[in-house]
Amino acid sequence: MELIDLLIKIALIIVIFVISLVVAMYSTYAERKIAAFFQDRVGPNRAGPWGILQPLADGGKMFLKEEIIPTNATSFLFIVGPSLAILTACIGSAVIPWGQNLEIGGRVIPLQVTDINVGILYIFGVVSLGVYGIMIGGWASNNKYSLLGAIRAASQNISYEISMGLSIIALLMVTGTLSLGEIAKQQHGFWADGYFSWNVFKQPLGFLLFIVCAFAETNRSPFDLPECETELVGGYHTEYSSMKLGFYLFAEYINMFISSAVMATLYFGGYNFPFMDLIHSPNLVAILGVVALFIKIFMFIFFFMWVRWTIPRFRYDQLMDLGWKTLIPLAIANIVLTGIFMTFFK
Amino acid sequence: MESLSNKKKQLEIKPLNFWERAYLPAIAKGLSITMSHFFKKPVTIKYPEEKREFSENFRGMHSLKRDEQGRERCTACGLCALSCPAEAITMTAAERQKGEEHLYREEKYAAVYEINMLRCIFCGLCEEACPKEAIYLDGDIVPSDYLRKDFIYGKDKLVEAPLNQ
Repeated sequence: MELIDLLIKIALIIVIFVISLVVAMYSTYAERKIAAFFQDRVGPNRAGPWGILQPLADGGKMFLKEEIIPTNATSFLFIVGPSLAILTACIGSAVIPWGQNLEIGGRVIPLQVTDINVGILYIFGVVSLGVYGIMIGGWASNNKYSLLGAIRAASQNISYEISMGLSIIALLMVTGTLSLGEIAKQQHGFWADGYFSWNVFKQPLGFLLFIVCAFAETNRSPFDLPECETELVGGYHTEYSSMKLGFYLFAEYINMFISSAVMATLYFGGYNFPFMDLIHSPNLVAILGVVALFIKIFMFIFFFMWVRWTIPRFRYDQLMDLGWKTLIPLAIANIVLTGIFMTFFK
Repeated sequence: MESLSNKKKQLEIKPLNFWERAYLPAIAKGLSITMSHFFKKPVTIKYPEEKREFSENFRGMHSLKRDEQGRERCTACGLCALSCPAEAITMTAAERQKGEEHLYREEKYAAVYEINMLRCIFCGLCEEACPKEAIYLDGDIVPSDYLRKDFIYGKDKLVEAPLNQ
């Protein structure tokens, strides 16, 4: 690899990293604002115009708070927990195709950090690592609420990963590839060969299963049992304070951003948008594609928040019932149906 | 048994049908309800900048009144302090000197008049007890502060602004 290519890659990584942090930061603001709108309130409006400096104030507060490590906690693991949570949240964005290739001065710049041919499996690996952050943190706190939250998180994530994987299998049967770049490329435009090209129209049930599992994997309401403040004080982060708590909260929002990006890429055409063939300049298409992808991501993030402020939390047995007795059979049925459909109608 | 109030209602517990068990139509309904609130005007009153309108007989901060010629009405009789159930009012009386007739209406006046706003329960009994119509609870909400001592309001905060000459 040439030096210039390496520099471009590093620049891209830094840009994506910064963007995911900024998006996560402003998701906290958007969450509070959107919650307020859903409840006929105005939301944060004191820090800066319309309160747009609120995330900075919150971040500053988190940094300045006293750092507390409980006496009976395992201090090394207590620090490893949130670090792992934020690390796994951040590395998920490496395989997401953010746009088509840019061409500047005869040099092709791919807007994807790395297009590995097992991109989806990589995402799965990262997502299942994410539960270790919560598990380690909850266990190291040496507190029953933390432990209960951590156990809940672990069993919830494991249960929902299965149906998530099964819903993905049906998608893979349609696309025939595991590479996210390739999947995004296949959904070119909006209409192709007499049918919609986006996967959501080919796998509606699969998408439904995937989005339900994504809610569970990111520990968002109605599946926010790991932190369940009405039962478990704060769940796995009960004992955490200052920036370590901030990391846990931040990791949740980064996860939300990444899972929105994955959903947009897998099912909603990624960077593709309708009538993209009418634009002839490839660079313009690439840039508009990035904009389109971000619009889709923000719609998903909005949907996450919309659901959070609408649906009450599940009871734990209901959660397990839904995961094992409903989602997994449905996902298997979806695979079978997809198989039948592909055999007879193609 | 027949119930006395006749308001007894027998409820039936029906098993959920397929769509109710599928949960999704209910979610869609809930989402549409929250979305309808999304565009409603917020009901928030941004307090220090905006204020809710008070009722006619709202009892807020006290003010010590002046008469038509701008003289303080209070004669330091102590009835307000006596009537106060929270014992929030204290005062020190003083005799009016020659040449102060334009300041105080009666021969005796309150040199010090203090109300502890943390003790005050805004019952309005001082207002009723006052024979000189000198104290009224017609002010605003008492503002917040950091120190307890700053809640003891003296004459500087209580006495009405002098008339425009």
